[in-house]
Amino acid sequence: MNNANARLNARAALMSVVILVLLLAVWHVATLPAGGAAASGLTAEQIEYQKLLGKDPTAGAKQNNGFPTLTQMREAIVSNLAHPFYDNGPNDKGIGIQLAHSLMRVGLGFGLAALIAIPLGFVIGMSPLMYRALDPFIQVLKPISPLAWMPLALYTIKDSSISGIFVIFICSVWPMLLNTAFGVAGVRREWLNVAKTLEVTPLRKAFEVILPAAAPTIVTGMRISMGIAWLVIVAAEMLVGGTGIGYFVWNEWNNLSLTSVIFAILVIGVVGMVLDLLFAQLQKAVSYVD
Amino acid sequence: MSTDRVPADAPFLRVEGLAKTYPGAPEPVFDSVNFGIAKGEFVCIIGHSGCGKTTILNVLAGLEQASAGHVFMDNREVAGPSLERGVVFQGHALMPWLSVRRNIAFAVRSKWPAWPAAQIDAQVEKYVAMVGLAGAIDKKPSALSGGMKQRVGIARAFAIEPRMLLLDEPFGALDALTRGTIQDELLRICAQTHQTVFMITHDVDEAILLADKILLMSNGPQARVAEVVRNTMRRDRQRASLHHDPQYYRIRNHLVDFLVARSKDLSHGKAPAVPPVVEPGLVADEQPALAN
Repeated sequence: MNNANARLNARAALMSVVILVLLLAVWHVATLPAGGAAASGLTAEQIEYQKLLGKDPTAGAKQNNGFPTLTQMREAIVSNLAHPFYDNGPNDKGIGIQLAHSLMRVGLGFGLAALIAIPLGFVIGMSPLMYRALDPFIQVLKPISPLAWMPLALYTIKDSSISGIFVIFICSVWPMLLNTAFGVAGVRREWLNVAKTLEVTPLRKAFEVILPAAAPTIVTGMRISMGIAWLVIVAAEMLVGGTGIGYFVWNEWNNLSLTSVIFAILVIGVVGMVLDLLFAQLQKAVSYVD
Repeated sequence: MSTDRVPADAPFLRVEGLAKTYPGAPEPVFDSVNFGIAKGEFVCIIGHSGCGKTTILNVLAGLEQASAGHVFMDNREVAGPSLERGVVFQGHALMPWLSVRRNIAFAVRSKWPAWPAAQIDAQVEKYVAMVGLAGAIDKKPSALSGGMKQRVGIARAFAIEPRMLLLDEPFGALDALTRGTIQDELLRICAQTHQTVFMITHDVDEAILLADKILLMSNGPQARVAEVVRNTMRRDRQRASLHHDPQYYRIRNHLVDFLVARSKDLSHGKAPAVPPVVEPGLVADEQPALAN
């Protein structure tokens, strides 16, 4: 059983490597220098003539034809990772510094959202009255794109960095709020009855019965929120600029440095995966088998 | 603490005129339910599904409100849940995220919040050992069988040393062999601790083995405790030798007759409000007459 599982894992890993190699090969072929082909139809004199006119048909071999090649990509990755924390002024910072800014914004916005959404979700989950009273607000506010808040945030807060944090807050709050309310409302009657017959104080009931019982649902909400926050931070930083991984992408686009853009995309993916894995671990820690 | 002798007119637990009507229902599920339980007595209640047995138990536990009537324990009205009454729930109701030890410690700590950890642990270990689960004390409920889980539920109820124990069909979901073993255990523990017990059951044999007194409920709506059957067999009766006692069959036949034939004719409040006490075990055969 275990052995079969290990073999399946090994085969899946092998398959992943094969797919990766295939993708890289496609990339490599697609970005092969087209210069040789373009120059082959011309005689040496014609090439000479073109060069005199300022158009060098053989230059394609050295210059890229737009999309970076694998070699250029590797150079970009190596050089970026070699000095992740360099700081040459406002428009030239290392990827590590940009990431740190983004993570700090996500952490602050997400943490603030958790601080408000989880207690409020508790109240909503415990009280059918509050649930019904707040439901229309939640239903209207939830589907609003977090970026739609940006102008309002910029106008009222007057600080682009804090506005970014606010946008993360507003997009993280809903999944956590709803999942907490749902988890708290769904705590089994019999566990609550046990707490009642033992004359457990409300505080102990909240922390020792309801919280652990609802924890898997709450952490699922947190995981969804974190996923959304990481999606939104890139767009938000593109809008407000200054620092962050989203700004880095935008800045490198303005520099027409596609290698850096692709590198940043990879970094965003990897960091997003790591964040998700962290919450998966947390989920494992609080889940229970009934 | 000198309540060994309770006057017959003031039993330890007294239920008077209890009734429950659910909103929108034309008739109460049960009404005029009257009975008493003496200190140290083991009382079983039997009746068909829907006659309100669980509701009565929940009212005794303080988890539900009756529509009318009163419950007194030791001459004080029961007005809500209390640590004086331990409950063993139908579906064990253990918290799956806690180990056996911490499940029971949760209850012990509720009763004695000031106890140091070592004392709580000692109490937990004592009661886990009592139900024979010392080897599984640090396991999670999900790693236990159904019978073991129910034992933990029983240990949790006993560990707070309640003055009265309420059991809601605790062995309903267990297989016959496991059920027999746990019944023996419960009998032994109750004999040791002189626990006062109120238990719901569907199993006639279980009632005869465990109970000193069996309350027979008529069918709902307007169900009542129609009869109190006194178990006149020796208190040290054993499951293995039970069926050799001639009283056993008399009592058993009486209970089965009631459940199969008489209980449905007594619905809609046709049962007496004050149930007669009968001792079918002492009545000569072929004469299921009322002894009281």
